Amino acid sequence: MENHSTKIKIENLDLYFGKKQILKNIEAEIPKNKLTVILGPSGCGKTTLLKCLNRLMDLYPEVRVKGHILIDDQDILHTTNGLNILRKRMGLLSQQPYPLPMSIYRNVAYGLRISGRRKKRFLDKRVEHYLNMVNLWDEVKDRLKEPASGLSIGQQQRLCLARGLAVDPEIILADEPTSALDPISSEAIEKKFMELKSRYTIVVVTHILRQAKRIADNVIFMYLGEVIEQGPAEEFFNNPKEEKTKQFLKGAFN
Amino acid sequence: MKIYSISREWRNQLHGIWMVFSLVVIILSPVILFGGLIYKSYVLMADQSLIDLLFSTKWQPLKGQFGFLPFIIGSLWVTILAIIIAGPICLLTSIHLTQYAKNYVLKIMHPVIDILAGIPSVIYGVWGILIIVPFISDYLGPLLGKQSTGYSILAGGLVLSIMIIPFILNILIEIFKTIPKELSEASLSLGATKWQTVKLVIVKKALPGIISAIGLGISRAFGETIAVLMVVGNVVKIPAGIFQPGYPLPALIANNYGEMLSIPMYDSALMFAALLLFIVVIVFNYFSRMLIMRYENI
Repeated sequence: MENHSTKIKIENLDLYFGKKQILKNIEAEIPKNKLTVILGPSGCGKTTLLKCLNRLMDLYPEVRVKGHILIDDQDILHTTNGLNILRKRMGLLSQQPYPLPMSIYRNVAYGLRISGRRKKRFLDKRVEHYLNMVNLWDEVKDRLKEPASGLSIGQQQRLCLARGLAVDPEIILADEPTSALDPISSEAIEKKFMELKSRYTIVVVTHILRQAKRIADNVIFMYLGEVIEQGPAEEFFNNPKEEKTKQFLKGAFN
Repeated sequence: MKIYSISREWRNQLHGIWMVFSLVVIILSPVILFGGLIYKSYVLMADQSLIDLLFSTKWQPLKGQFGFLPFIIGSLWVTILAIIIAGPICLLTSIHLTQYAKNYVLKIMHPVIDILAGIPSVIYGVWGILIIVPFISDYLGPLLGKQSTGYSILAGGLVLSIMIIPFILNILIEIFKTIPKELSEASLSLGATKWQTVKLVIVKKALPGIISAIGLGISRAFGETIAVLMVVGNVVKIPAGIFQPGYPLPALIANNYGEMLSIPMYDSALMFAALLLFIVVIVFNYFSRMLIMRYENI
């Protein structure tokens, strides 16, 4: 992997939750405009690692972090101001959709409105554009003013994706984004990722091996807070080097 | 050790009869209470029109005139005042404690709130007489150019607000705690600042809960008796301002029951006051709880 195509570089990352060490000396690289899967059994620190990338770990006062995370060669782990601007560069899709307590329209327009874009014509256009992008426009165009909580879970998850895309991020962070969805909605989200990855750097956390095989260009395999192995997907799945990886691929931990 | 355990037969008895009986007692008690109040106040309600009772200002028991308006207004004044003071304080405190403060601050605050909630109301009353009443008559009144003895709607409202703060605060903290952290994370990851997130997402999500916490606070404040009675002045007159004395409904009942029952219909009138109080408190409680339940289902 050439250096210039690296979007995110993680160096010596240690994370403690109180006295317990959750992440141990993480070293990883995430290539630009590719889909990277962080793979591993439940409770191995995948989500924690993901939430370090956009500094959501700041919300947990018991957490201490050491090390470096470089995004476009800029260390983002220790900046204190401009956190909201940093977070805006990364769209987040969580395990379960959490629509904001407002209308469908307002959900998509939220990021734009808080950054000061309030012209109705502009917002109308953007909302339609991003809802189209996640194939939700036709389903909701007649009820944009209704609360987003009235949508089905699958629709809500697509709405959350549209909401994240509307702030024009460079990176999409997804934390087991299909775990709460039915198979058809899951497939819709996966397909969307495949279309989006030419324009965005996508990081997906999952513990589902089949899903990783379907979508990954690049894999980071974690076990008990450590990165065991990482690299291009094909090599990882066909030719694993570490013993732990081989066991996991055989289904030993599930 | 077997000797000390209850025999199976007894256990069955306990379960079959006495547990159900205890349950029935609890379920029936409000019904019996309500029935009793209706029965006792019926004498008055049969004699005079409800509109006269509720909206007349003439309170002359010796002439058989029972207009409850001064008491109703007095109750409304102290209750509204208490909510206006306590509501914003509780809202800001609960937001700070759940969204901004470190965990240990909340841990320190919990016992403090519980202590406040557990202080007997007569102590609040004494404290009101010692501190609040002279403060109003000697400082606040003259400062604002108002004549006041200190025993006033304002004193009642202030004492009452301190008393309902722990009550409302506890509910609000619980409500803010139920809001999932992921919702804040979603808002933050869209580039919102902490304050924008609190203002546009968290408070909005909690709004039904906030309204019902206030509603429960109102029903609590409306029925509070002894502390208010001690500082509010107890003059039967519609108060012209917050520096004037008032006479809330609970104070009317507590001051007079057992004293002047030789006057015809007086005891029925006091029961009618109790009935009013009962209905207002039940209604506010019911709708607030409904709102909380609906909110928890979302």
